[in-house]
Amino acid sequence: MRDITYAQAINEAMSEEMRKDDSIIFLGEDIGVYGGAFGVSRGMIEEFGEERVRDTPISELAITGAAAGAAMNGLRPIVEIMFSDFMTLAMEQLVNQAAKNRFQFGGQGSVPMVLRAPGGSGTGAAEQHSQSLEAWVAHVPGLKVVIPSTPYDAKGLLKSAIRDNNPVVFLEQKLLYRVKGPVPEIEDDYSIPLGVADVKREGKDLTIITYGRMVPRCLTVAERFAEAKEADIEVIDIRTLVPLDKKALIDSAKKTGRVLVVHEACQTGGFGGEIVSTIVESDAFFYLDAPVKRLGGLDVPIPYNPQLEAQVVPTEEKITAALRELL
Amino acid sequence: MKLPKAVHKELYYKMLLTREFEQTAAKLFIQGKVHGTAHFCIGEEATGVGVCSALEKEDLITQTHRGHNQGIGKNMDINRMMAEFLGKETGYCKGKGGCMHIADFSVGSLGANGVVAGGMPIATGAALAQKYRKSEHITVCFFGDGAANEGAFHESLNLASVWKLPVLFVCTNNQYGMSTSIKKSMNIEDISIRATSYGIKGIALDGNDVVNIYQETKKAKEHVKEHGPMLMVLNTYRWMGHSKSDAQLYRTKEEVEQWKEQCPIKRHRAYLLENGIFTEKELDAVQQEAADAVRAAVEFAENSPEPKIENIFDDVYAD
Repeated sequence: MRDITYAQAINEAMSEEMRKDDSIIFLGEDIGVYGGAFGVSRGMIEEFGEERVRDTPISELAITGAAAGAAMNGLRPIVEIMFSDFMTLAMEQLVNQAAKNRFQFGGQGSVPMVLRAPGGSGTGAAEQHSQSLEAWVAHVPGLKVVIPSTPYDAKGLLKSAIRDNNPVVFLEQKLLYRVKGPVPEIEDDYSIPLGVADVKREGKDLTIITYGRMVPRCLTVAERFAEAKEADIEVIDIRTLVPLDKKALIDSAKKTGRVLVVHEACQTGGFGGEIVSTIVESDAFFYLDAPVKRLGGLDVPIPYNPQLEAQVVPTEEKITAALRELL
Repeated sequence: MKLPKAVHKELYYKMLLTREFEQTAAKLFIQGKVHGTAHFCIGEEATGVGVCSALEKEDLITQTHRGHNQGIGKNMDINRMMAEFLGKETGYCKGKGGCMHIADFSVGSLGANGVVAGGMPIATGAALAQKYRKSEHITVCFFGDGAANEGAFHESLNLASVWKLPVLFVCTNNQYGMSTSIKKSMNIEDISIRATSYGIKGIALDGNDVVNIYQETKKAKEHVKEHGPMLMVLNTYRWMGHSKSDAQLYRTKEEVEQWKEQCPIKRHRAYLLENGIFTEKELDAVQQEAADAVRAAVEFAENSPEPKIENIFDDVYAD
């Protein structure tokens, strides 16, 4: 194992798969010599050339649809959308075309493509560059949805996403790009299957279910509770929203009897509601010692001012308060 | 360029087959045998038939919601088309897509689309794969005059142009986007001039002249293989309403009648007789053949099983 950044892990996953499979091409805005807006694709155009690493016009709809069309005709494209907010511009092709293609044509074809896009707040990018829109895409049958929280998961999950025969929306976290973590050596070709949650910290008193950049934040709070001998908290990272590892959530809820769901996205209509329902509709309901609680972002656009921006998503203080309510 | 007799027969047969298919489908509606909707291309048969007959099997097409002529042009099986129209298990989409989503990957149709301009980025991507694999084949992207005002039109033509992709954009201009005349939706009369903005070739043709469309498509294919995308506008007219619920208050009966005089099938028949290519009797036999094929298709569809709810999750995801 060596320590590399989340961004480097994503770069390695793409590069290693592209070396093995020449049907993989990579499309996006400024992904060539610029290296991508967040530097994720640095060095790739030099290695793979302009035919496979394609700088595109600023045309999110056409890029996404072209990836779908190329996928229907034998390629396995990866698309980078510069900010996940700009998925709004690509939604028609993603939702009406890529997601439905196989079903509506009676299983004649498939659309093996990955749409990568960074989401989340915390960079001062304000309302149109900071959203967490995963619930939108998780709502569409035909799409798979992945949000990794560590470099190890990012690399392993992206490899599976690229090898998957369906359109996969791979939502990265802007604030995690520079975070380092242990990842196996390059020659160790590991991957992580989609649909398997990961217990990031074992505990017995309460379960936090979360994903994305809230994972490290929840772990920090959980450690603090352990140090203070206040509670032993389990932290589960769902890693993929679709498919969702329901069993892992239900089993943990049965074990601890108390559940807090945390995500950065606005609470109303957020994916947390789906997680809560999964638990309370199952037999885990009979094991609960307290109502299942959600902690999402405030139902407001992400503001610019750094103090305001920090306060509209779950903070360590808010997570701590929510845990104490449940314990 | 004189076309071989067999090509003339093919063009005439496919146009008749399209018309017979749609007139029969319209009757099935009246009999209450069809659940959804349909968009008929009666009067526009020459467009899809003329273009697709000039292609090879390995050339790809993306179709529109008004594309029975395109599918039949590309040699789709009308039994499975009719079965899909009736929502049957034996239909092209196992009854899950209906006639707005008919596709046959085995003959090079990447599918019809229910979204105006929805197939344009997809066609662009299919052509990207062709270019990447150094294929000798092209993609033909069908769309209508309405689609020419969508953002997807602009993004797709621009992207195809900068990457010099082998895609022929074919605009079936039938004068109306649902009820709205192109006179109200664009400030130009010739849609093909939009090609200039993308630095590509654009031509406008009589969309009811099947022989000329066939010949021009052959030339366009060579142009596209060598120079990248091209825009071909086929000016034609939709005889029927937009869909089954259209009272057609936005146009006059006189206008419709004028266009009916330009019927592409009647014109082709006159051409074949005038030039002594076929006799009346021979052409009547072709017409009978088309009617028989459609009758058999209805029989096939009506005798086919309904899809089962047990299979509803099939094909949401690929393995």
